[in-house]
Amino acid sequence: MADVSPTVESRSPFLARERAQRVSKRLGLWSVLLHQRLALTGIAIVGFFLLVAIVGPIFAPYGATEQFSGQQLRGPSPEFRFGTDEFGRDVLTRLIHGARISFQVGVIAVGISAMIGIVLGLLAGYFGGWVDNVITLFMDVLFAFPTILLAIAIMTALGNSITNVMIAIGLVNAPSFMRVVRGSVLTVRRTDYVESAVVVGASPQVIMRRHIFPNITAPLIVHGSLNFAFAVLAEASLAFLGLGNRPPAPSWGSMVSSSYSVLQLAPWAAIFPGVAIALTVLGFNLLGDGLRDALDPKLRH
Amino acid sequence: MLKFIIRRVLLMIPVLLGVTIVTFIIVRSIPGDPVQVLLGADRRTNPEQIENIRQAYGLDQSLPVQYFKWLGHVLSGDLGTSLRTKRPLTQELGLRLPVTIELTLLAGLIAAIPGLTFGVTAAIKRNSGVDYATTIATLAGVSVPNFFLATLLVLLFSFWLKWLPPVGFRPFTDDPIQNLKTMIMPAMALGLPLSAVLMRFTRSSVLEVMGQEHVRTARAKGIPQRQVLFRHVLPNAGIPILTIVGLQVASLLGGTVIIEQIFGLPGVGRYVYEAIANRDYPVVQSVTLVLAFLFVMVSLVVDILYAVIDPRLRHAT
Repeated sequence: MADVSPTVESRSPFLARERAQRVSKRLGLWSVLLHQRLALTGIAIVGFFLLVAIVGPIFAPYGATEQFSGQQLRGPSPEFRFGTDEFGRDVLTRLIHGARISFQVGVIAVGISAMIGIVLGLLAGYFGGWVDNVITLFMDVLFAFPTILLAIAIMTALGNSITNVMIAIGLVNAPSFMRVVRGSVLTVRRTDYVESAVVVGASPQVIMRRHIFPNITAPLIVHGSLNFAFAVLAEASLAFLGLGNRPPAPSWGSMVSSSYSVLQLAPWAAIFPGVAIALTVLGFNLLGDGLRDALDPKLRH
Repeated sequence: MLKFIIRRVLLMIPVLLGVTIVTFIIVRSIPGDPVQVLLGADRRTNPEQIENIRQAYGLDQSLPVQYFKWLGHVLSGDLGTSLRTKRPLTQELGLRLPVTIELTLLAGLIAAIPGLTFGVTAAIKRNSGVDYATTIATLAGVSVPNFFLATLLVLLFSFWLKWLPPVGFRPFTDDPIQNLKTMIMPAMALGLPLSAVLMRFTRSSVLEVMGQEHVRTARAKGIPQRQVLFRHVLPNAGIPILTIVGLQVASLLGGTVIIEQIFGLPGVGRYVYEAIANRDYPVVQSVTLVLAFLFVMVSLVVDILYAVIDPRLRHAT
């Protein structure tokens, strides 16, 4: 997923890069983001869903698990904007509550991956040698597993709960963070200011914290955003398989899977949550690409 | 060259060993007793009987002993026996692996053809309608989860158009036409998002090569556009594209769990998934190893091809 960088470039990548650099010097990060139509779209989508996740449940028309008997599988109407599902629950309400779950999982899973990835990536990139070899080997091992199967296995070992979904996704995704951090550290490691710090006798801990880490935040932020997209997708996929929140709790993935059996009768009950997942993931992908261009135009290739 | 290949093969060994250890640890920490699962809800079985079964499967030994025994068997080509069906795993895999491989190859085909053609077209005709359409398709492709795409496909082809059956697998050898009819939707659900990734990647690789000096020189000499493209651009752009195609298709092998589940295909992904739920230790351990092995093998082949095409890489670490 991290390999994908959908952006619209201006006529020449060099011109775009120069312009981005010029603009970013003059106006700062935000204005660069605002100058890109796609990044702007990403910000709008992410902002919208974030707002829904935070305050949406207050405005939701009904309860998340409230069932209306005799109102099963109703199409969209003024009463039920997005229709009802097979238990007569309001799809819109459940979507709003589902947004909260997606964002919670996203934030915590990305946090876990980032923590593991940053620590291991810093150690591997800074010390090199056998430390690097051992850490890289461990990460290669995790990479060799089919992602979703590894997540399922971890989930089964830890037990089926939403907390464990966050842990599983966080663990599965840590290697990609570690790779990004390690790669960036290797570049920064060779710079003069780091070499000088070594010569002056600063401890590795200080060098990593004060001199290296601040200089690798740009790729980290970009990767974090793209990773958020992955985490939302992974949560939805696990929920689709029935892992994570137990029904009747509303998760977008489980909404799609539970309405799959009544797809022919009530396609809206599967389509709306599916679109919500796709839009959220799209938003984070666009945001990530926008950030990439804004923070470090060189990263694009 | 031979040295390069040998070194690459030797590097695979610790990775695969690591995979077996991690799998073993995860599988053994799954709560629940496989013997209980094996016997089902039947509580009348006496403890002695349970102990017998445990001994028969070697589950009474210490974990390291169990691990090395299993590893020894695997190395001699014996993947073990399923606790549930009591059939040898080589036999079970013989039935299921072809399904997953067929699915993966079909998906790869569905991904590669539009991915490469549109990717190249978008790069040549930059900022044209095709280019923008490609960008939009890419964005959609990386954002739509495959199970949702599968849902939409079923809705369209099975319920509205009534062209394809939503479930019901037939082996290729039984009925090729029916087999393809049941495989086409799962393959599309896996392949279409991948084609978006390839499109994007092909586009940027081709563009990068087109900006290089040798291409500019070729153009300046007055070589026709077509020839520049096929002789100077595509061979160079092809190397990174090849890597991505290989790795993505390899990652499909294990990523088919959900799709196999939706379409009721008796493939490997679904098999492991069920085995995890049933605590069928040998199945999870051996099949995960087989999948990881296939993945590592594909990346090995890609690396070697890479080195064959680009001699500079043979000497790099």
